[in-house]
Formats: sequence, structure tokens, C-alpha cells
Amino acid sequence: MGKTLSEKVWDEHVVRSAEGEPDLLFIDLHLIHEVTSPQAFDGLRLAGRSVRRPDLTLATEDHNVPTVDWDKPIADPVSRTQVETLRKNTEEFGVRSHPLGDVEQGIVHIIGPQLGLTQPGMTIVCGDSHTSTHGAFGAIAFGIGTSEVEHVLATQTLMQARPKTMAVTVTGDLPDGVTAKDLVLTLITQTGTGGGQGYIVEYRGPAIEALSMEGRMTVCNMSIEWGAKAGLIAPDKTTFDYIEGRPEAPKGADWDAAVEHWKSLVTDDDARFDKEIVLDASTMTPFVTWGTNPGQGVQLGGTVPDPAQFEDADERVGAEKALEYMALEAGTPMREVKVDTVFVGSCTNGRIEDLRLAAEIIKGRTVDKDTRLLVVPGSVRVRMQAEDEGLDIIFKEAGAEWRGAGCSMCLGMNPDQLTPGERSASTSNRNFEGRQGKGGRTHLVSVPVAAATAVRGTLSSPADLPELVSTGATDGRA
Amino acid sequence: MEKFSTHTGVGVPLRRSNVDTDQIIPAVYLKRVTRTGFEDGLFAAWRGDPSFVLNKPEYAAGSVLVAGPDFGTGSSREHAVWALQNYGFRAVISPRFADIFRGNSGKSGLVAAQVDEKVVQRLWDHLEEFPGATVTVDLETRTVKAGEGPDAIEDSFDIDDYTRWRLLEGLDDVGITLSHEEDIEAFEKTRPTWKPVTIH
Ligand code: SF4
Repeated sequence: MGKTLSEKVWDEHVVRSAEGEPDLLFIDLHLIHEVTSPQAFDGLRLAGRSVRRPDLTLATEDHNVPTVDWDKPIADPVSRTQVETLRKNTEEFGVRSHPLGDVEQGIVHIIGPQLGLTQPGMTIVCGDSHTSTHGAFGAIAFGIGTSEVEHVLATQTLMQARPKTMAVTVTGDLPDGVTAKDLVLTLITQTGTGGGQGYIVEYRGPAIEALSMEGRMTVCNMSIEWGAKAGLIAPDKTTFDYIEGRPEAPKGADWDAAVEHWKSLVTDDDARFDKEIVLDASTMTPFVTWGTNPGQGVQLGGTVPDPAQFEDADERVGAEKALEYMALEAGTPMREVKVDTVFVGSCTNGRIEDLRLAAEIIKGRTVDKDTRLLVVPGSVRVRMQAEDEGLDIIFKEAGAEWRGAGCSMCLGMNPDQLTPGERSASTSNRNFEGRQGKGGRTHLVSVPVAAATAVRGTLSSPADLPELVSTGATDGRA
Repeated sequence: MEKFSTHTGVGVPLRRSNVDTDQIIPAVYLKRVTRTGFEDGLFAAWRGDPSFVLNKPEYAAGSVLVAGPDFGTGSSREHAVWALQNYGFRAVISPRFADIFRGNSGKSGLVAAQVDEKVVQRLWDHLEEFPGATVTVDLETRTVKAGEGPDAIEDSFDIDDYTRWRLLEGLDDVGITLSHEEDIEAFEKTRPTWKPVTIH
């Protein structure tokens, strides 16, 4: 019997396997940031150990760094200590780092692909649950805890039980204006937040193949939100074209050898998955969340659901609680929900294509007077590229705030937070209670919905915006 | 990780059940960037009460905690184990541990000795009658002992074989993996040269 993509990648990394024990897996790339690494390094120090492979390790500062005044000392003492500790640790243990102020700094899951370090067939880990983003390249990538960070630092390996495999096949074409984000939000609402538990998921089918690398990253990024261990997509020409020429991509003969190998990283025709799900992209529409987990979502054209309609008792109670927290009435059309803050950014939707798409919709329009639009590029390179293209001017002219790179309001560890009761439309990946600030209410949305919402002040898609009377032709996509 | 074969130290009777990790160390104490120094947060909510057992001088130097059932429930934070160890505890005795806490203990070198509820009762009575009395936790023989003469307490405790072996050998996860270092080296030699590196 043939093998699935994830089984092939897994098998290529088994250092040791023994009956009744988890496999010992070699890790090709270990990404590190300031929040989950301090105790791991301290553990090494206490045990007198070193970093086994600094050359397979990369650090950056992203989770709690400020997105304004980033040249000044960080005001919050805990954040400052974490950042300073990372700097000390990377220096002491000889790990390459891209600190605040460095041109390669940015959200850890954005800079890996950007540098060309993320490549097909790799094993990639990081002390952050959205490490699954890198799966878009056909890598096995997943988040780990601090003691596992220490283990990887010391040994470049991890003990892992082999997960089950699942295929999510997405047929058809996404309609115009419907994005990878809508696709994955639709999927999560169908499966529930636990639907992927214990699986490595392969996303496949025409709708996935049609996505750009950035769209694929958005899909894989949210794998953890439906419980999957990791999510990945078979590498193809789109993947190779994206990697070629990046700073850390293989060159010359190495490139040829690499591509030849990468081409073998596809699920064999006779391979079997433990579970399969099929979705039809052509029926999808812009999708938003109404509750406090990413599985509580509905079409933008729909209404806030009535908890009484949930058959499962847990779901019913969950929905009641969520509506209370979100201050929403059952039956309210989603399009009437008023939003205070729109956040465009994060490792889900903070890449250049996202900013281009947002700018295209915002261009020539203004942000609603009662709404604030925060645009936070995922990395310094993304910010510079956007500024080269004049996107920052479009945002600023519309009344948006244009910020420096980082996780920012995705998790509100830096000063970019919602205040209690404040409502956001956010392109990030988690709408848990208090995720974006204590008492904050989050609706997860796609980039076009975020941009249109900023203009109208209520949850909207670009189709809801009045036509621009200007001569520029391409705005206001239907 | 330090090897553990047998330990005798002052026993601390904690007459509570369902001590969750938030009670062991509240979230506000988790901001440190080290693995040490968490002792200040240990049982923080109770430490303000002068009658709390650790505030009594006889028990202050305790190293064997005797707690009620369902010790260590709640969040998976490893800090709960670190806080106990940082304070000076080498072992916790309880009729029942939360799974994650038990796992974290074994990985960190803290012995989680599961005994019959009656044994905990007898230890509590003994330690309260004789404040500052010691308890012995013998991992070789899997027994707990306290007191002398006809009233002496001696009973067996449960700990899984694998965890016991690791504790006896002083092996943490990293140590176990490093015992397979030749396998890692051999694997490294087979990696294609075109795989990316961060340092050139
Ligand atoms: S952007 Fe959000 S989800 Fe992504 S790494 Fe940062 S905090 Fe985590």
C-alpha cells in the first residue's frame, strides 16, 4: 500500500523507533520567540547543556513587541524582560536572531517562509500553536510546549507518537471575493473545534491547488483551531516558484536536487487516510464568527443563531454563554453587527497579498468615523514592500493606523488591545474570551470583510460598499 | 536531573483535597523567565493566613507534602511542579493525582507517591501530633514510613515502573534521548546537503 504525504515526511525523519514507544523524530527547523523560550534555555543552563544545532534554529521577537515606537525601550516590564532574556539567551547559546529593529524581524510564521527557510518535506516546530502555517509547503509543522522546546534545543529531536491521517478535499472553485480564510472558517464550523483531534490533515483538491502560497498558509495556519496536530498541502509548482530565489532557498545543483525530491512528496494513489472529509468550495460565501471559539461561525449573510436550535446540550450551553459574552441577540443579521475596531494582521492574514487586498478595497474610501482600522504587517519586509507599493498611503489617507510588525492585537500581549466590551472584526485566528484584551469581543473575518467592515462600521463584504464614482476601475469587487 | 532513591524529610500535612494548579501557584506568579524562584508563589492564596501549615515554624522546612485526593488538577502548567521543588519538596504523597501533574512531576524529578487514603489520614494525624516529624519515601522499595514503635506507619505506594526507573536513574526526557545520541548522529549524517541552515 502507498503512503500519504505526511507519512512520507514523517518516515524520512524517524531517528529511532521501538515497539511501544513514541518515535524519535529529527527536527529540521526550530523557530523560537520571546514568550515560550526563556525557561527552555534556563533548563539547558541548569543541566549544563548546550544547543545541539544552532544552525537549525532561528529566533525572532514578535509576540509582545510594540508596533509603535519600536525604537524605544519596551514599556511593559514583563514584555521587556522576556525580550531581553531572549537576546541574552540567543547570544549565550549562539542562536541566530532577528530582534526588534532588524530588517528580518516579524511574526515567526511569516519570516520562516519569507526567508526561504520553510521548505517542502521538512519537520518544523516552534513553541506556538500556529506553527502549522508552515505545512502549506508540504512540511510537518506543529506547536510544542516549553519543555519540548528545551528538548529540541538540546537534542534536535522530539518524541512523538505517530498521529492518524485525514484528508480534507475541497472540490470546485471559490467564488469571487471568497478567500482561503472563508474556506477554513467554513470548515471549522462544520467539523467543530475538536474535529481534527489526533490527526495530521492533508488539504487537497482543486480549490486548494488554486490557492496562492499565502492563501495556503492561511488555511494551514488554522489547523489547530479545529484540533488538528498539523495541516499540510502537497508541494507543487506554486510552492517551488514561491521558494526559488529566496535568501535561504537551495541554489544551483542543490536546487535541482531539492526540487526532484520535493516532487516525490505527494500522497500515493493507493494510500489510505484514516478519515476523509469533502467540501465544495463553489457553495462558500464570506464567513464570520459570532461566538467565542472559531467553530462558532456563520455566513456573513446569515443571522446570529438561536442557541435553542443546537441539538447537542454542550453546544447549546456554549452558544448561550458565547452570545452573552458577545452581547448578541439571536436572530440579528450579522451585517447589522456594529464593530469598533478592525484588525488586519497576524500570521493568518498579515502577508503582502492580504495588505494588497485590503488596500484595494479601502482605496478612495474612508474608514467609518466610529470605527478604528489597525493595519499591522506581519514582518518588517512585508511593511517595506507595502510601503514601496504605496499601500501605507492608501491606508493612512482612509484614516487607518499603519503599524510596525508583530503579533499585535492577535493576542493583545503588547499595548494593542481591545478595551472591555469593545468589538472587533479581526483577520486573526482566535476569538476566545479576552484573547484580544480583557472583555474584548472578537469576530474572525477574512481580509475583504475586514476592509469593507472598516468602511461601513458594521460587518460587511465589499459587495455592500457603494460603487466608487472615480475613474479607477478595479475597486469595489462584487 | 538529580537521582532519587530514598528521601527522609519533614512531613507537611496539607488537609485539603482537590488542590488544583491555580492553588499550587496562581497565574500572576508565572511571569518569571527562569525555572527557579517560583517558591514565593507556592500556595500563595493560603500563605497569608498565619494558621496555614507552612507558616508554622515546625513545618517550614518541609520536604514531603502529604495531601488529600486529586492533587494537581486544573491547567497543565509545569510551574506547579517547579514551585513545589523550588520550595524544597522532593515528594508529594496523595491518594490520587491528576494525570498531567503526575506526568510533569516524573519529568521534573518530583516523586508523586500514590497511597491508600487511610495512609494519608494516619500520616496527617501523626504529623499533627508530632509537628516536624519526618516521613521517609523509599523509591527502591516503594514504601512510605513514619513514626516508630507499635504506631509506626509503613505502607507501599504506587508509581509506574517507567517513572520509577527514570527517577532512580535521574533521567529527564532530554537525558533519555541523549542516551540515543549515536542514533541522532547517524541520522544527521544522512541528511541531504541542500536542507536549509540558519547559520552559514
Ligand atoms: S500572530 Fe497571533 S497566532 Fe500568530 S504567532 Fe502571533 S500570536 Fe500566535
